[in-house]
Amino acid sequence: MRRYLFHRLWQSAVTLVLATIVVFAGVRALPGDPALALAGEDRDPESLRAIRQQYGLDQSWLVQFWQFVSHAARGDLGQSIRTGAPVRGMIGSALPVTIELSVLAILIASVIGVGAGVVAAVRRGRPSEWAANALALLGLSVPHFWLGLMAILYLSVALGLFPASGFVPFFSDPAANLHHLVLPALILGTGLAAVIMRQTRSSMLDALSADYIRTAEAKGLPPKSVIGKHALRNSLIVVVTIVGLQLGALISGAVVTERIFALPGFGKLTVDAVFQRDYPVIQAVVLVTATAYIVINLLVDLLYSVIDPRIRVRGDA
Amino acid sequence: MTAGITPGISTAPVLQVNDLSVTFRTEDGPVSAVDRVSFEVGDGEVLAVVGESGCGKSVTAMSLAGLLPRTATVDGSVRLDGVELIGADKRTLRTIRGREVAYIFQEPMTSLNPVFTVGHQIGEVLRTHIGLNRQAARDRSIELLKLVGIPSAERRISDYPHQLSGGMRQRVMIAMAVACDPKVLIADEPTTALDVTIQAGILDVLRELRERLGTSIVLITHDLGVVADLADRVAVMYAGRVVETAEVHELFAHPQHPYTAGLLGASPAAGRHAESHRLNEIPGLVPVLTQQPDACTFADRCPRAIDTCTATEPDLTPGHHRVACWNPVREPVEV
Repeated sequence: MRRYLFHRLWQSAVTLVLATIVVFAGVRALPGDPALALAGEDRDPESLRAIRQQYGLDQSWLVQFWQFVSHAARGDLGQSIRTGAPVRGMIGSALPVTIELSVLAILIASVIGVGAGVVAAVRRGRPSEWAANALALLGLSVPHFWLGLMAILYLSVALGLFPASGFVPFFSDPAANLHHLVLPALILGTGLAAVIMRQTRSSMLDALSADYIRTAEAKGLPPKSVIGKHALRNSLIVVVTIVGLQLGALISGAVVTERIFALPGFGKLTVDAVFQRDYPVIQAVVLVTATAYIVINLLVDLLYSVIDPRIRVRGDA
Repeated sequence: MTAGITPGISTAPVLQVNDLSVTFRTEDGPVSAVDRVSFEVGDGEVLAVVGESGCGKSVTAMSLAGLLPRTATVDGSVRLDGVELIGADKRTLRTIRGREVAYIFQEPMTSLNPVFTVGHQIGEVLRTHIGLNRQAARDRSIELLKLVGIPSAERRISDYPHQLSGGMRQRVMIAMAVACDPKVLIADEPTTALDVTIQAGILDVLRELRERLGTSIVLITHDLGVVADLADRVAVMYAGRVVETAEVHELFAHPQHPYTAGLLGASPAAGRHAESHRLNEIPGLVPVLTQQPDACTFADRCPRAIDTCTATEPDLTPGHHRVACWNPVREPVEV
């Protein structure tokens, strides 16, 4: 296990370095110049040079890269070109919003997806399976932004069940925080829920026809144990993989969802930074996102070994 | 084919099967898999049910405790210590499965759940049926693993199925099956998927369990070597029907049904076929029947078929050695 973990951490470090290089170069390949954007109307060469000097933009890319990396390694992500505020603080306030939104979305999607998938598999060929399948198809084909707008229109504006926008930090008022986030999380989770449902259904069908299920039945175990334990535990291996693979889609979905519900999260920060050519913020945002993605994938891999002992042992070998 | 097969058992039979029929609904219409099968198993007796693939022996085994899929229709009667199992509600069947009737399946590789330890899977039976707590179930599971001859059981109990060999897994299946000391053990091809050397060990375990626990065993197999090794009595099945039944030595010495004689002739044995070096085969395949005809189902493949065979269904003759045949083999056969 330790060797496996070490191997994975090493892989993660390489990925992170590559991601940093790609982002650094990518940002600078974008058309547009932050100094120009910052100087606004007053574009005399003197002030442009001053701005470039202040933010190190007059240095070569190599020097800039080294400065970025060496500062980032010490936890200093630089200052926003736009506002002058430390990037670390901006990320510190935006990241929790997105993390909470994503975690809630995954939770909601897993509960709905796994539940509906199990029902669809167990009640195969009956109306409840058709209903679950139809819902999944709907969840996959309806885009977030439309669903989000409709939810705001009907659930928030017409019925007043949820706030249409805004955010309250969890620690200042947990109830209000959840009230604000439930609807965005539900919208963000619909696609994932549909994918999880379909995957759970098909892997449950496989599991239910397996020999060990016949054994479980021959042992006289109650259905909740045969289905909920013996079959589901085996199906979850595939489901966890899918959730891991879908996280990328979830993060990009969070950008859209945060825009719709005006949540001050990572998505908003990213979009604003890109429009303003705020190099330090873009770089930091992507660095943090890539780190999060790598960490989550590592966690998913470790989760496999909790669910499936065969993977655990192979890692030991 | 209505009466029990062997009226000669001294004690009351533990398992009584009468006129058991199983039909499957398929896209091509109903298929009859088992047709009015009757047999009895006495206390501590080993009954072997023998036949080719597709003759209905596994379906018979599964139907005994209601393990068939929903597409199956089961008629007739299966009595376990006088309690009727056919038509019993699911709850009753669950209390009987694993506790009174236990199963061992052909594929030990896939019959154990890969994500739980063997200790958990054995303990589960004990916790469900006897209500043992975790620790007691674990202690008892270790005893059971020792009983079926698994070395260093205390360590093996925490193993996952993939860490065990095929033979060890089958021993775990057996330990799981006998955990609650069932009255009847149904072993569906328990040695088929195993190497010959491993097979002998498994058969030894089954024999010892029968002797130590007095468990009655229904042994489903196509392997006549296994039958000779373990069984007290044999029921030969063909196309969903029992065509012959007798005490094991009697059946091997004097097979009366041409199909039984054919099976014995097709089976290799030391000292036989020394001259020809060829086994005799039975031409053709077991038919798939959408409905059971009023005729002998073996007539098409039978070397001894006469006109009556295709016109009327033969019943099992009464007595200890029973055969359903219009033209049985009477002389000692050269197989």
